[in-house]
Amino acid sequence: MSEEKVISKGFVGHRQAETAKLPPGQYVTHDFPVLSATPTPKIPLEKWEFTLTTESGETRKWNWSQFRALPSVQITTDIHCVTRWSKFDTSWEGVSIDTLLDGVASSAMYAMAHSYGGYSTNVPLADLREGKAWVAHTYGGKELEAEHGGPARLLVPHLYFWKSAKWVNGLTLMLKDEPGFWERLGYNMYGDPWREQRYWGD
Amino acid sequence: MAGAAILGGLDWRAGTVLERRKETATAYTLVLDVPDWPGHDAGQHLDVRLTAPDGYSASRSYSIANAANGTRVELTIEELHDGEVSPYLAEGVSVGDPLEVRGPIGGWFVWRPTQEEPVQLIAGGSGVVPLMAMIRTRALAGSGAPFRLLYSVRAPQSIIYSDELMMRAKDDNGLDVAFAYTRTIPDGWLRAPKRIDAAVLMETTIPPEQKPSCYVCGPTPFVETAANLLIAAGHDPDRIKTERFGPTGQ
Repeated sequence: MSEEKVISKGFVGHRQAETAKLPPGQYVTHDFPVLSATPTPKIPLEKWEFTLTTESGETRKWNWSQFRALPSVQITTDIHCVTRWSKFDTSWEGVSIDTLLDGVASSAMYAMAHSYGGYSTNVPLADLREGKAWVAHTYGGKELEAEHGGPARLLVPHLYFWKSAKWVNGLTLMLKDEPGFWERLGYNMYGDPWREQRYWGD
Repeated sequence: MAGAAILGGLDWRAGTVLERRKETATAYTLVLDVPDWPGHDAGQHLDVRLTAPDGYSASRSYSIANAANGTRVELTIEELHDGEVSPYLAEGVSVGDPLEVRGPIGGWFVWRPTQEEPVQLIAGGSGVVPLMAMIRTRALAGSGAPFRLLYSVRAPQSIIYSDELMMRAKDDNGLDVAFAYTRTIPDGWLRAPKRIDAAVLMETTIPPEQKPSCYVCGPTPFVETAANLLIAAGHDPDRIKTERFGPTGQ
């Protein structure tokens, strides 16, 4: 970063009341913008499947009815997109990753989330455990719309929202960290909004 | 090239405004000179940061409009009336002013001259900006890849780069440009104003049998519609790249 910021003469900006909930460089929106690199895949529920793969290649699979039979929890959380919008108090329902990992033998430190349509994103396993991440199927009391990642998306709200993979269909546990889709294309491997880890080197 | 350049991190660089051009009633092009600019691929974007005298700052991303050319970087900005950054960039910036930028960013929605396959570009409104960078890069590189642009606008006067597109449609070998109007049509236009649909797509775009790479950019509902129409027409979703900006994509 340059040490001195260049002053933009006459710029005032839209200052929002300072809030401890807003990470640096973000602004609050009340909409729910959509950002996707590909067309929205249409996934019939009867064909939906979620696969958990361990580092040794063992798999666990859930079809939609098996997945929906798992205990769901309600989550109210703030979300932060790398394109600088933040949305407060969004309400979701989903299955905790702890539930999916329950009883799985693994010494992996990282996970790659995979999605219908070919998207992927990497997250340290510790960031998915202990009530920090879910596979969400409900938003605002309604089935999650395809545009926003339905039937189900990953929800890891303490990281930038590209980590919350839309149309998620699997998690692969990994011993070593590897970049996913955006992480190969210049975006940060971790993506902590509070440290403004937007791009490589941030 | 651009990917390698950002491995070490992206620094804010102080550019200088060389030129300010009005494109439409609400769109402006700023031509910047950015020292040490590492170059960019067509379709990439950058972040602009504005800082008030008291230190408050705001940043937004903008698509780069020009083909890579040394330290010259062109941005076309659509002014959003309730936007935080775009009104200042459109109205508050003069030639000679400094402007901080960081980039280039994004390595997905890009076209490189090494690509030889046919390319279908579909733009809604100011979504034409990264696609124009592709058209300009193609011309500069002397690429023979067949290109078609379908550009949906509200009215004839909303066309950004109107003169240049007309000229290139005549002069750039292998480039076709088609317009679609959603509110107001030009005199003598045969089709009633409407949103793009399967018929418009069939008439104006490269058929799926030719396996074009498709780049779709515009507001979210436009991109959803266009991408779904492409898939319904038989295009492989794996060959469709999208870039969307939402209602708050300032």
